[in-house]
Amino acid sequence: MNGLLQLRNAQAVRADSVPRLSVEEFREAVICAVEGGARLSAMFGRPAEGNRLLVTAVLANDPDGTLQACSTVVDGGYDSITPDCPQAHWFEREIAEQWGVRPQGHPWLKPVRFQPPCRPAAGQPPAAERPVIGVTDFFRVEGHEIHEVAVGPVHAGVIEPGHFRFQCFGENVLHLEISLGYQHRGVERAMIGGPTARSSHYMETLAGDTTIGHATAYCQLLEALSGSHVPARAEVLRGVALELERVANHVGDLGALAGDVGFLPTLSYCGRIRGDVLNLTAMLCGNRFGRGMVRPGGVGFDMDSARVEELLKRLAVIAKDTAISANLLWDTPSVQARFEGAGTVSRELAEQIGLVGPAARACGLERDIQNHHPSGIYRFAHIPLSGWDSGDVFARAYVRWLEIQRSLAFVSEQLRSLPEDVVMASPSSPAGNRFAVSMVEGWRGEICHVAVTDDRGRLAAYKVADPSFHNWFGLACALRNQPISDFPLCNKSFNLSYCGHDL
Amino acid sequence: MIKILLSRLQQGHRTTKYPAGPPPELPDRFRGRVKIDFARCPMACRQCQQACPTAALQKAEGSFGGSSAARMRIDLGKCLFCTDCAAACPHGAVTHDKDYRLTTRKREDLIVCDEPPRPACPLDKPLLRILGRSLRLRQVSAGGCNACEADSNVLGTIGWDIGRFGMQFVASPRHADGLLITGPVSDNMKLALEKTWQAVPAPKIVIAVGACAISGGPYAGHAEVHDGAASVVPVDLFIPGCPPHPLTILDGLLKLLGMARRISEI
Ligand code: SF4
Repeated sequence: MNGLLQLRNAQAVRADSVPRLSVEEFREAVICAVEGGARLSAMFGRPAEGNRLLVTAVLANDPDGTLQACSTVVDGGYDSITPDCPQAHWFEREIAEQWGVRPQGHPWLKPVRFQPPCRPAAGQPPAAERPVIGVTDFFRVEGHEIHEVAVGPVHAGVIEPGHFRFQCFGENVLHLEISLGYQHRGVERAMIGGPTARSSHYMETLAGDTTIGHATAYCQLLEALSGSHVPARAEVLRGVALELERVANHVGDLGALAGDVGFLPTLSYCGRIRGDVLNLTAMLCGNRFGRGMVRPGGVGFDMDSARVEELLKRLAVIAKDTAISANLLWDTPSVQARFEGAGTVSRELAEQIGLVGPAARACGLERDIQNHHPSGIYRFAHIPLSGWDSGDVFARAYVRWLEIQRSLAFVSEQLRSLPEDVVMASPSSPAGNRFAVSMVEGWRGEICHVAVTDDRGRLAAYKVADPSFHNWFGLACALRNQPISDFPLCNKSFNLSYCGHDL
Repeated sequence: MIKILLSRLQQGHRTTKYPAGPPPELPDRFRGRVKIDFARCPMACRQCQQACPTAALQKAEGSFGGSSAARMRIDLGKCLFCTDCAAACPHGAVTHDKDYRLTTRKREDLIVCDEPPRPACPLDKPLLRILGRSLRLRQVSAGGCNACEADSNVLGTIGWDIGRFGMQFVASPRHADGLLITGPVSDNMKLALEKTWQAVPAPKIVIAVGACAISGGPYAGHAEVHDGAASVVPVDLFIPGCPPHPLTILDGLLKLLGMARRISEI
C-alpha cells in the first residue's frame, strides 16, 4: 500500500523494513494518507549518516486498525508538510527545535519547549544555541483598544507551569498563544541507551497523573521488542488499573469544571470521590498513582479474593456517589448555561489539527485506541466508545461522565472474572535492530510510544507522544472569540498535561 | 435545589478527624521507609543497591551493634519508595515500613540506617508566632509530574481540609508566607522559581515535596534539571515520597507548625 510499512499496535518489525523514501515521496505519502483519513500519531528525527537526519512518521488508520510507518533522510532543510497537513505542525516544530533542520514554508516555526538542540549545529559550540525559555516572537494583534494578557508560567492554582498570551478586544479573546517547555526534564534523551534501572521510573513520572497509561505503553513496547508474552491475569490487571486511572481523573475534572462555574456541591463531592478512586489504585499496589504496578513482563502486584471483594464493595459506593454528584451538573440549569456553547471546537477543525481522546470524541469524531487499535485485555473485552457532538465544554464534560460509567462497569466485570495465572513473566531483553509502536488510550487520549533498537538491543531512539501534544493547539483554537473569563473553564475542559508535553 | 440538598445529606460529613483522632487508614501495601533485615542479609551481595534507580542505597561502613558487617544506608530524599530493591533481593530481606511520618527539617536527617528519620521540629518561636496560626502557601511546580502537585492540592479538599489549621494554597506569591515546591527544578523553571520566591514577603519558608524537589528524584544528574529546590532557595521542610501520601505531607505541615506534638502517641 503506497510504499508504506504496515504494522499493528504493539508489533515489532525489523528496523530496516521501515521504507526510506525520498523527501518528496515521504511528503506525498504522509499528505495522501492523512487526506485519506489517517492520523499522524508520531513524527520524530534521529541522527543518520553524515550528520543528516532520519525522520520517521507513524500514521494510524482507525477504521482498519492498522498503523503505517515510513522514513526519509533530511539534510538541512526540506519543504514543510504542515501547509498541506496541519496535523504535522507541532511535530515539525519539535523536529526543527531538536535537530536544527528547517521545514521551509512552515507557517509558525517557533520553539516547542525551548530545549537545547539534541546535537550542535556544525561549527557552533552547543551552549551558544540554547534558546531562552519564553523568549519568542509572540503573535500580536494591533489596533485601537486591543490589549494583551500574559499569564504564567506560575499560575494561580496548584497546577504545572506554562505561558499563555491572549490578544483581546475588550473581554473577547481574538487569539491565544500557548508557549510551553517549562517542565522539560530530558526524558527522551535519557531513554536512549536503555533500558536502565531508571527507565520505568521515567515512564511513570512522564505525566504523573497518567502513570499507568505511560507505563503500559512503555511495557507493551518493550514486550513487543523482546517478543515476550504477558500473562492473561496481568493483562486484566493492567486494564483495571488503567480504567481506575481514567475514572479518578475524569471524576476530578468534573469536580474542577463545577468549581470553575462556581457550583460548589459537585466540586466538593467529586474532589473527595477522586481521592477514593486513587485509594483503590493504592489498594492494588500501595501507591495512589499506581507506581510500581505495571512492569515489563506483567504487573508488580497480584490480587487475592478478599482484596477483589473489598474493591468491588468500594466500587459500588463510588459509582453511586459519582452518579449523584455528576447528575447534579446536568440537572442544574445555571451550570448548563455556562457549559453549553463555551469553547466550541468544530468537527472539521478537530479533524484537521488531529485532536485525540475525549476532546476529539466530544466533537463527534470516533477516535479511541481501545476500539480501533486494541492491545492487551482490550482485544477481548470491549468498552463502547463514548461520544457527543457539540464540541463544547458540555460535550467534553459529558463524554467524561459516559466514560466514567463504562469504565466502572468494565472494572467490576473484569475483577469478577480474573483469569487464574501468574502476574509476571520473566522479561527478556529487547532484540536488536527492531522498530515498534505502542499505543494506549489514556484518560486524555492516545498515548503513542515508538522505539528503535540498535544492533545490541539497546534503545537507539525513543519517541513519546502524549495526547497533550496533539491537543494543546485545540485549546488555543477553542478560545477564539470566547470571553477571556471563560479561559479557566475551557482550560479545565481539556485538562492537558504540561510535563507530558514538555517531556 | 431539593436535589442539591438531598445530595448534601447523602454525602455526609467527610473530613478526617486526624490529628485529633486516628489518621485515615493507609493501604496495606503502603510503602514507607525501606528496611533491611540484616539477619537475612548474610553476604552483603548488594543487589538492592544495583537495582536502585536513584542510588538511594549506599554501603555504610562501621560496626553496628557489635557486628562489623557492612550495612546499607538509605537516603529517603532520593528514594522513590518503589519496589525495585525489594524485588531484587534474593533473600527477601528488603521490606517497606508502614510509617507515614517521614518528614525532616534537615536534608541530612533523611539519610538513615535502621532508625526512622529524626522527626521534624516546629519552626523557631518568633517565626511560629507569625505563621503558626495562619500559613498561606504558593505552590510552584518546577518540573514536577503532577503527582506531588495533586496530592498536595488534595489537602484542600473536604477529606483533609487543611483550612482547619489555618493553612491554604493561595494564588499569588505576594499573598503567601512561603512556597511549596515540587519537581526537580527544571532549568526552564529556575528563573520563574527564583522570581516567585523573591515575590514572597519575608519572613518566608520553603517546603520541598517529593523526591524530585529534594534530590532530583529519577531526574537527578540530568543536564536539564537542578537536582531539587535547595539548589535555588533555602528549604525548611523536606517531605519525601514519590509522591508522598497526603498524610505524610499533612503530618509534615502540622509538625512544622507545632500542631503535631501529641501525634506520635496516637
Ligand atoms: S525503594 Fe526504590 S528508590 Fe528506594 S531504595 Fe529501594 S530501589 Fe531505591
